[in-house]
Amino acid sequence: MSDIQREEMSYDVVIVGAGPAGLSAAIKLKQINSDISICLLEKAAEVGAHILSGNVFETKALDELIPNWKDLNAPVKTKVTSEDFLYLNKEKSFKVPNFILPKSLQNHGNYIISLSNLCKWLGEFAENLGVEIFPGFAASKLLYNEKGEVSGVQTGDMGLDINGNPKDNFEPGINIKGKVTVLSEGCRGHLGKEVIKKFNLDANNKSPQQYGIGFKEIWEIDPEKHNLGKILHSVGWPLENDTYGGSFCYHAENNQIYLGYVIGLDYKNPYLSPYDEFQQFKTHPEIKKLLTKGKRISYGARALIEGGLQSLPQMHMPGALLIGCDAGTLNMPKIKGSHTAMKSGIIAGEVINKHLSQNEHLSIYEDEFKNSWIYDELHQARNVKPSFQWGLIPAMVFTGIDQKIFGGKLPFTLQHKHADHDSLVSAKDSKKIDYPKYDGEFTFDKPSSVYLSGTNHAENQPCHLLLKDKDLTTNYTLEEYDEPAQRYCPAGVYEIETDSETQKKFLKINSQNCIHCKTCDIKEPSQNIDWITPEGGGGPIYSGT
Amino acid sequence: MKVLVAVKRVVDYKVQIRVKADQSGVETENVKMSVNPPDENAIEEAVKLKEQGLAQETLAVTIGDDKAQDVLRTSLAMGIDRSILVKSPNSLEPLAVAKTLSKIIEKENPDLVLLGKQAIDDDSNQTGQILSALLNWPQACFISDLKIEGNKLFISREIDEGIEKLETNLPAVLTCDLRLNTPRFASLPNIMKAKKKPLDIIDISTLGIDTNPKIKVLKVEEPPKRKAGIMVNDVKELVEKLKYEAKVI
Amino acid sequence: MSVLIIAEHDNNILKSSTLNTISAALKLSEDIHLLILGSKIENLCKNTQSIHKVSKILKCDNEKLENFIPEIMAPIVSNIAKNYTHVLTPASTFGKNLLPRVSALLDVTQISDVIEILSENTFVRPIYAGNAISQVETNQNINLLTIRPTAFDKCEESGGSASIEDIEFLNTDTPTLFIGREVSKSDRPDLGNARVVISGGRGMENSDNFKLLYELADKLNAAVGASRAAVDSGYIGNEYQVGQTGKMVAPELYIAIGISGAIQHLAGMKDSKVIVAINKDTEAPIFNVADYGLSSDLFQAIPEIIKELDLLNKIES
Repeated sequence: MSDIQREEMSYDVVIVGAGPAGLSAAIKLKQINSDISICLLEKAAEVGAHILSGNVFETKALDELIPNWKDLNAPVKTKVTSEDFLYLNKEKSFKVPNFILPKSLQNHGNYIISLSNLCKWLGEFAENLGVEIFPGFAASKLLYNEKGEVSGVQTGDMGLDINGNPKDNFEPGINIKGKVTVLSEGCRGHLGKEVIKKFNLDANNKSPQQYGIGFKEIWEIDPEKHNLGKILHSVGWPLENDTYGGSFCYHAENNQIYLGYVIGLDYKNPYLSPYDEFQQFKTHPEIKKLLTKGKRISYGARALIEGGLQSLPQMHMPGALLIGCDAGTLNMPKIKGSHTAMKSGIIAGEVINKHLSQNEHLSIYEDEFKNSWIYDELHQARNVKPSFQWGLIPAMVFTGIDQKIFGGKLPFTLQHKHADHDSLVSAKDSKKIDYPKYDGEFTFDKPSSVYLSGTNHAENQPCHLLLKDKDLTTNYTLEEYDEPAQRYCPAGVYEIETDSETQKKFLKINSQNCIHCKTCDIKEPSQNIDWITPEGGGGPIYSGT
Repeated sequence: MKVLVAVKRVVDYKVQIRVKADQSGVETENVKMSVNPPDENAIEEAVKLKEQGLAQETLAVTIGDDKAQDVLRTSLAMGIDRSILVKSPNSLEPLAVAKTLSKIIEKENPDLVLLGKQAIDDDSNQTGQILSALLNWPQACFISDLKIEGNKLFISREIDEGIEKLETNLPAVLTCDLRLNTPRFASLPNIMKAKKKPLDIIDISTLGIDTNPKIKVLKVEEPPKRKAGIMVNDVKELVEKLKYEAKVI
Repeated sequence: MSVLIIAEHDNNILKSSTLNTISAALKLSEDIHLLILGSKIENLCKNTQSIHKVSKILKCDNEKLENFIPEIMAPIVSNIAKNYTHVLTPASTFGKNLLPRVSALLDVTQISDVIEILSENTFVRPIYAGNAISQVETNQNINLLTIRPTAFDKCEESGGSASIEDIEFLNTDTPTLFIGREVSKSDRPDLGNARVVISGGRGMENSDNFKLLYELADKLNAAVGASRAAVDSGYIGNEYQVGQTGKMVAPELYIAIGISGAIQHLAGMKDSKVIVAINKDTEAPIFNVADYGLSSDLFQAIPEIIKELDLLNKIES
């Protein structure tokens, strides 16, 4: 396909990914100088359709970016009115009194929002400022100039068949050149992954990056049980003490609740199924009573980046910036990444303007970042996640001391020990987990869940989940780890099948089901799976998530 | 030849639609909207006719609120030359849609009108047929092949029994089946160019037609869930049940 | 009050969809008039006289009606329809092609694809490909309805004694010429409109085994379909896929063999009248929607079914 003539378009700035970070960068730039031309690519069919997040939103960054957002009917309306933090065991729940909760876990003044809807709103705001947003176009490759600097991106080819040959409707991708390229693909972006490696951006990191997988379902519940503005977090059951994770439950508008679960991808047992932990969680009496007579209307999952400051790579490189969760600006103890992602985008906007107008070097991003509140916040939060390697209870005690008494200012920094793909223990040394059957009322199988996400990829296109070694499952991963992809994938993309002739087991990839969460790219123990962009417009169509 | 294409903005076919809790309809707020899929086939056919030199001008028309401009921009990005939004605050029944289109056709004088065979939201499958009757033009519905020679149209259309072949003359109204062609992707440069192509807005009240609904929707519900039937013990019992109880073989 | 039905036929035989439509009409009235437009339909009309509850056959016999060109039929129909409060025809490509044109001439809004008749002016119809069901009310003088045949049983073909009345052929000039009809190329009916569909899933194990399905399909004059899993595994071509991203089917009989019943598949076939599931796995979700379930190894079950069907045919002949 190298002989294809590709059209070329040039902009001052090319931004990859219309999430809170990329949109904020675009908006900030246009606010400073409306003459700067900006192209924003989004692989989802529309802005917001690949955005999935809790979300209890801190408006700090939005206040800075669009101070009059309230007058502009931003979809940020439901104030947090009350909050509970529960520790669960199988039958019971224990309320942790609010006064001993660290400040990072207190949400007074925050809002329950759909980040997907907020991004849609920010997208319209950006377009009105003149940002050219192209949903349905995936930035599939990075372009480099002769000096090796990032010089833009290539959009994905459309209309290739499963073998990579052009179909009737073939439309080659084009080269979009930018003086600066901003990578804001969200957690584990595939271009972000490439530049971190190519430019060694994580060379000075103290710890390997850490990830989690987050699930979210939207339920329409009995109005009697709905309590607008209430938020609920829990730790404990059904997770074992050595697994990092917990739940959220937010009472949003229209008798909806946002119900979700986050599990650290540093879990050890290859038999653990994050999806099934979440499903099982919903059968806890405390949750079940809330869901009774309710109806599930949405489902999604997405990896999130949890390493914090210790794992944050350098965010500038020749010709480009890496921002938001693509770099790793999420505040883990707060379980919030939207305001920090937005702030990282605002800083990017300011830095790029200085770069374009005053020829400042992009490296000033690092200083601007250090001098902003985002750094203070992440510095304060840095020890919480690593303390969980000691187990839930010691970590909670430590976090209480660290956050409540010292305000995150303890004079040492705990490190993350392993990368997530290194954490699995061999299957033969692990305990099998028997998850209960789905009841179709509170718990559901993966196909029914994926169905609700509206996920679709055009038929007959190349598989976008690349295996470095096609036979690794058959020859190694199956025996060593009982192929954990069957379980960590929240969409049932990976299945083990037996070849009817050779009787050998192999890995079958149902890439059509992929909800673009990136968990496989992170957790595969040998890093054998590369997630690349499928044809633009494919993937889930989330709304209200 | 001038070709007019009618397009409708509908909930994207990939979206799992949801019936509103108050049964007043289907949730469309914050839901991804797109060009009705068979309308894309109509657009593609029009653009192809232009590329083949058979059409000199192509025009897309939609009816709806301001947001319906989206589907016109998509049409323009796929290669349509110009477009008209007939602005209407309410959604219209097929009869009113066809009357509206016929008014536009009076003004624009196209030789060929292409529509999708049906909209995937209300599934009425009426507009093209009504329009051709109002215009007193020939109709061909569910077409899967089209050849044009001079004034003559050679058409294959999908019917329950297979394929029907017709010949007719311009002017005509054709409704397009998904099998007619493979709609192209709008390329990024063409989306840019489409932003500068003409998009005129006409208020529906200026057309002087009766758009009052003749049908009232009492309620919209989810389809009833199928219930599990019985397990049979063996093949013999199964065949007997199908023969004598269900009477389907 | 009598109800007018526009018959679907091929000039020789009445199509069964017309019988389903008569059943629907019986919800409105006990007195059915059948309008038959066609060419050389003398015999057809005679054979139709005995249909249950049909009191009158309105016959319009003209060679120009041989190929059901709607431009020619619609003015004749609308002229007669004025005498009725309800005019029904099957929601087949025949009815879909014709009735909206009639509605334009009468200036009424047609109600498409009716699956339930609640009263003389309240009807139920699917929207969004059956993912929602809409109940509508109208107060028009003439109700034009297309009826989804699979939603109503066939009426009895005996017991009636209809009179036959010739009606005048009104000529309409149209440039449209009928060239020909290609009845489905394959011997098997088309998936989209077959009366019986037999689908295979991943349980079929390989493409060779699909031959078994074809053999069974031939016995039942059925179309063959497949689940996405079977298509993805390369057992059968894309065009056979039934489901959310494939074809939506609603046959009288749907037999799912070796299909687990993922929701994507169910979305494409749940409107079938009778569903049969054959699967080894008694936990397969397909059994939750099947009218008849058989837990059995499909490689044993299919040959047995073929044998039983042969036996049945022998008894009947």
